[in-house]
Amino acid sequence: MPDVSREVVEHVAMLARLALTEDEIQRLQKELGRILEHADKLQAIDVEGVEATSHVIPMTNVFREDELGESLDVDEVVANAPDVADKFFRVPRIVED
Amino acid sequence: MKLHELTAHELSERLASGEVSAVEVAEAIFARIEEVEGQVDAFLALTRDQALEQARQVDDRRAGGEKPGALAGVPIGIKDVLCTKGVLTTCGSRILEGFRPPYDATVVRRCRDAGMPMLGKTNMDEFAMGSSTENSAYKVTRNPWDLDRVPGGSSGGSAAAVAAGEAPVALGSDTGGSIRQPAALCGISGLKPTYGRVSRYGLVAYASSLDQVGPLARDVRDCALVMNVLAGRDPHDATSADIPVPDYVAGLTGDVSGLRAGVPRELMGEGIEPEVKAVVEAAIGQLAELGMAVEEVEMPNLDYSLPVYYLVAPAEAASNLARYDGVRYGHRTEEEVADVYDLFAKSRGEGFGPEVRLRIMLGTFALSAGYYDAYYLKAQRVRTLIKQDFDAAFADHDVLISPTSPTVAFGIGEKADDPLQMKLADICTIPVNLAGIPALSIPCGMAEGLPVGLQIMGRPFEEDLILRVGDAYQQATDWHAKRPAL
Repeated sequence: MPDVSREVVEHVAMLARLALTEDEIQRLQKELGRILEHADKLQAIDVEGVEATSHVIPMTNVFREDELGESLDVDEVVANAPDVADKFFRVPRIVED
Repeated sequence: MKLHELTAHELSERLASGEVSAVEVAEAIFARIEEVEGQVDAFLALTRDQALEQARQVDDRRAGGEKPGALAGVPIGIKDVLCTKGVLTTCGSRILEGFRPPYDATVVRRCRDAGMPMLGKTNMDEFAMGSSTENSAYKVTRNPWDLDRVPGGSSGGSAAAVAAGEAPVALGSDTGGSIRQPAALCGISGLKPTYGRVSRYGLVAYASSLDQVGPLARDVRDCALVMNVLAGRDPHDATSADIPVPDYVAGLTGDVSGLRAGVPRELMGEGIEPEVKAVVEAAIGQLAELGMAVEEVEMPNLDYSLPVYYLVAPAEAASNLARYDGVRYGHRTEEEVADVYDLFAKSRGEGFGPEVRLRIMLGTFALSAGYYDAYYLKAQRVRTLIKQDFDAAFADHDVLISPTSPTVAFGIGEKADDPLQMKLADICTIPVNLAGIPALSIPCGMAEGLPVGLQIMGRPFEEDLILRVGDAYQQATDWHAKRPAL
């Protein structure tokens, strides 16, 4: 069973914004390898000229008038946030000085 | 019979005639929950006060001469994947611990408007990822038929609650089998509607091209009753279809003579346990006795359903679950963080369980530069071949029939350490989601003393037809009336 390399796991974890422990990196190398080996069954299938599925049920764009409607109450919405200041979500500094 | 043993349509008749009040029904169900919940562990939260208040309102309306709808006063359990205003909604995840949505999912609002008291929120695999409900971050739900076995998943809490008499009906969601497989393993009926038939506004998204909300119930008639409440266009969900909704109860004529059924050979292969296969074959024989023309069909691309699903669903999940970042709601790390990206990564690493982390990683990989064409795009193209197999089969068959699950309920812990084995639980249900079609699971016999489910698949938006077939089977048999001895 092929292992996925440590570098690939670390790169994908960075893309996914997921902090992993050392044990987890090793577990994921094995498990991703196993699942991708299974997924490789697909590689032999001829899909020449076959379109990828985008919608299973035929669908077209849905348009509506741009009208004012009821919105959620701001205090109720921010009530679930871990850190709030004056109805704003607070996060660590993003922009450098 | 005790009130908690009755179906929704039986309760509906008694409520309409004034034989019982909605408050009496709700109190009887909560008494049953008190009696067996310690063994089953189906619920993550109970909303008794709210339910009794809703029941009182229904009774007041009836006392005032109003005729509220057929399900007014019939209580319902809600899978914890659906937003309920002001009521805990965790998706079975630590990352949403303590989350109280500021709004109701459309299906939840529709149930409220129909006068259905909400009993509480049912347990599930974290973010609906799993087939046993063992991936819940909070508790393990047990199968009422055998407390050492799983109820299936991911809507295992809803299925176990209905089977145990803790709810006459419940809502679930189905991305790869999450309504039908637990319905099968718990000996009840469950419907995954056509993609677009039921609004998903307020359904916490797992895989957006596959997810649907649907009912779990003690019989098909109850599924039809609940579908009359759920189905229809919702301006809040652009993928909900603007197609007329039939009266699903009126469609239960009991007459299936002349209907043509196909049995896909690929879903009756060696992956199916022999005892399960024998029970399903007997059920297919009964459908033939009811006047249906049954024949085997070949759908060769169904063999690729599992690998397609395990690329498409995680890819969509990786995108959908990006919203859990410790900023707007949910868990935020208490560790020291270097910057905002570190805050995201640590919060997510701590908040998601192992199966969710695995699927996020798998999906992110399948979408990442250099692998997108080989994995994600390839899977979506093979998905088209699977859909074409269904189109061809439905050209000369009205319904397709298969087992719902290749096995009966398995032991708690038995497959927990083997993700690939666990995924095989969904081999018969996954193709349905990939094609977007509706499918029903009904109990059709017992193997090893445990319930076996029969899957009835239909053309898009032909829920009425598969419900008619399932109901006709239940009029002729009594597997749906069997209850676990709890």
